[in-house]
Amino acid sequence: MSIAKTFLGLLEAGPRHGYDLKRAYDERFGHDRPLAYGQVYATLSRLLRNGLVTVDGIEPGGGPERKRYAITDAGVADVDLWLGQPERPQPYLQSTLYAKVVLALLTARPASDVLDVQRAAHLRLMRELTRRKAAGDLADQLVCDHALFHLEADLRWLELTAARLDQLGAEVRR
Amino acid sequence: MSAGEPLLSAEGLRKAFGPTPALEDAAIAIAAGEVVAVMGPSGSGKSTLLHCLAGIVRPDAGRVLYRGRDLTACGDAELSALRRSEFGFVFQFGQLVPELSCLENVALPLRLDGAGRRDAERRARAWLERLEVAELAAKTPGQVSGGQGQRVAVARALATEPRVLFADEPTGALDSLNGEHVMQLLSAAAHDSGAAVVLVTHEPRVAAWSDREVVVRDGRTRTTALAGA
Repeated sequence: MSIAKTFLGLLEAGPRHGYDLKRAYDERFGHDRPLAYGQVYATLSRLLRNGLVTVDGIEPGGGPERKRYAITDAGVADVDLWLGQPERPQPYLQSTLYAKVVLALLTARPASDVLDVQRAAHLRLMRELTRRKAAGDLADQLVCDHALFHLEADLRWLELTAARLDQLGAEVRR
Repeated sequence: MSAGEPLLSAEGLRKAFGPTPALEDAAIAIAAGEVVAVMGPSGSGKSTLLHCLAGIVRPDAGRVLYRGRDLTACGDAELSALRRSEFGFVFQFGQLVPELSCLENVALPLRLDGAGRRDAERRARAWLERLEVAELAAKTPGQVSGGQGQRVAVARALATEPRVLFADEPTGALDSLNGEHVMQLLSAAAHDSGAAVVLVTHEPRVAAWSDREVVVRDGRTRTTALAGA
């Protein structure tokens, strides 16, 4: 999952310090793999260099200065592009999809569009595999079936998530 | 109907059953020979959409155009004749006539359409062969398995060489392997005969046999065009 895109999505909801970003990321998406501080500041440096975030303010303190980061228009456009593009269908992409759905809800975008675009991408690949299977030998059929069952599991997750969007929206905005 | 126009289309469809809305401004367009999967969760309105398209249910509002003809303006007798001669149907539970043999079941729509008995049975036998169930001709539906019965039902639906085949969860009662076989045969037979297929399903692996999908959610249709698709 792209840490940079996720940071941008979190910053779109409002400016944050690096530490706040890490905490928000860990709480929502980190689960048992929290971000290292090095990753946080390396990612923010890259986003700054690329003009996707800007330093919104600096607070002097007893320790090191605390920079507050804000998303730029280019950053918002980058989030738009990312959310609008389907992920390449592959097993175990739920964490990225989950992040996209949550960020769409957080930023008041239509999360159902994220799911629709992904469903269409999954079905397109499933059609290709089905055609390959219909024209292939038993080995082709088994290989394609394996992929098809995994993709189907993703799609079932997408449908379930679509049915729970209102509930999820209420939770993430709480 | 001019070239480029859809074979079957609907726009602004609304339908409620009592206080419960089933369709809300639904729209769809199907080209000749195209296989379109209508997907969505249970209760989303996908079967109601199929019934409206097939002239089985009259929408409260909106139009259904089949080859330029507005089905919502047709009388019951006209719709009935149209369904018999131009449309074919496959449902989740084959709905074969239990007292008739498999051959007689497939021949039935041909007989209703005016074919003589020998001609109807000859054509029915050819369709049973096409669906790989010729050996079941003399058996009754109660003597065949679910998958075999569904293949007989597909043969019956295609026997009149319909322009549109409506299939509502055609593999819903079958295991994966039998469902797969039915879809493979249905898809190939429909393609060979040039029939358009409206395939209602909530199963992605069944929808993968279609050319494209239309998703129904809360009675509304959603289509997604992918960049570069």
